[in-house]
Amino acid sequence: MSQKIELTIDGREISAVPGQTILSAAEEAGVYIPRLCHLKGLTPHGSCRICTVLVNGRPQSACTQPVAPGMLVENDTPKVNGLRRNLLDMLFVEGNHFCMFCEKSGNCELQALAYRFGITAPKYPYMFPQRTLDASHPDILIERNRCILCGRCVRASQELDGKHAFDFIGRGAHKRLHVNAEARLADTDAAVEDRAVAACPVGSLLRKRVGYALPVGRRAYDHQPIGSEISAAAPQG
Amino acid sequence: MAKPRVATTSLAGCFGCHMSLLDIDERILQLIELVDFDKSPIDDFKNFTGRCAVGLIEGGCCNEENVAVLRDFRAHCDVLISVGDCAIMGGIPALRNTIPLEECYREAYLEGPTVHNPAGRIPNDPELPLLLNKVYPCHEVVKVDYHLPGCPPLADTLWQALVALLNNQPLELPYELVKYD
Ligand code: SF4
Ligand code: SF4
Ligand code: FES
Repeated sequence: MSQKIELTIDGREISAVPGQTILSAAEEAGVYIPRLCHLKGLTPHGSCRICTVLVNGRPQSACTQPVAPGMLVENDTPKVNGLRRNLLDMLFVEGNHFCMFCEKSGNCELQALAYRFGITAPKYPYMFPQRTLDASHPDILIERNRCILCGRCVRASQELDGKHAFDFIGRGAHKRLHVNAEARLADTDAAVEDRAVAACPVGSLLRKRVGYALPVGRRAYDHQPIGSEISAAAPQG
Repeated sequence: MAKPRVATTSLAGCFGCHMSLLDIDERILQLIELVDFDKSPIDDFKNFTGRCAVGLIEGGCCNEENVAVLRDFRAHCDVLISVGDCAIMGGIPALRNTIPLEECYREAYLEGPTVHNPAGRIPNDPELPLLLNKVYPCHEVVKVDYHLPGCPPLADTLWQALVALLNNQPLELPYELVKYD
């Protein structure tokens, strides 16, 4: 039988099982830890650092850090949320996020996190990088201007679809999403029903001919901040 | 007592944000009870007549005239607000930021599919404001105090922000009024 591990998040005692990450233990206890590169069912990536929490005072990514007895975790505090805000600001200025004509607007996790943190403008200068678009596939579009390099499509294609349609190439500011074919997405075995396509948190991997299916007011994050469903499930009392 | 003055301008914008201001509907009558408009397309005052409590800026800076107007606003307004995505991040005009300026000119005046320009001349009259190398958000040119995102921001966003500022209240927008689209 697995033993219980007790830890504290923002002063609240929660219990977890050995091997569980802080993020998943918190989620089971109804505590939302913001995340972007993490998607349930995929191997944790630990790349976006939005899930950063302070563990006994030191920053750790909650999606990769296993629980240990007696951990003191700070999650929803001004200091930690300030760190997350800065990361979000950087993601916005490092890409070309024109939300006003993005099909994913209202359903985008990056945007929703910015709304959750009340960001009205990023504090860093915009970089306006030069990025490319791949519209070769009949049903799927890669809009790299919006790619945040979370790797969710890469992992979903490998781990859930049993394919290897996507990968990263390049380093640092030159890192970008690529496909496992010579040149174009159309030359891969990627298909529109692949879990990889749905895994994209932003408007970078899009299904064609769907567009603005949900009207404004009925989109995922129009009324409730992202993560509300997790905190709403918190045990009362 | 004199009413506080409000100034507005559209730099590299489409006037959509001004339209959103008009969208506060009958509350506009309350607004003119609360404030006097100074330099603004609403009353067509071309120049500032004095100090303003609030300046609303629509649009980013795409040419030297935009920069001059923006600096003029900063000099005359106690509180400067970027209104809308163009003022905050360059918006649609900033789509040209990843394309060299020369290529933009060539496409617009020489090679675009609908261009008829047999003389092959690119307009360069001294009357025309000089284009900047790229479109800049306002807060990268002068200090901006508040940002109201949206394309355009909702009328309620503008209304709540103005009412808060004019009553010396902190500007805190509820979740549903901060939107980027
Ligand atoms: S991907 Fe999200 S943040 Fe980026 S432009 Fe689209 S809606 Fe905005
Ligand atoms: S395309 Fe989407 S899922 Fe893939 S790495 Fe970019 S942002 Fe992540
Ligand atoms: S969600 Fe943990 S690092 Fe991205």
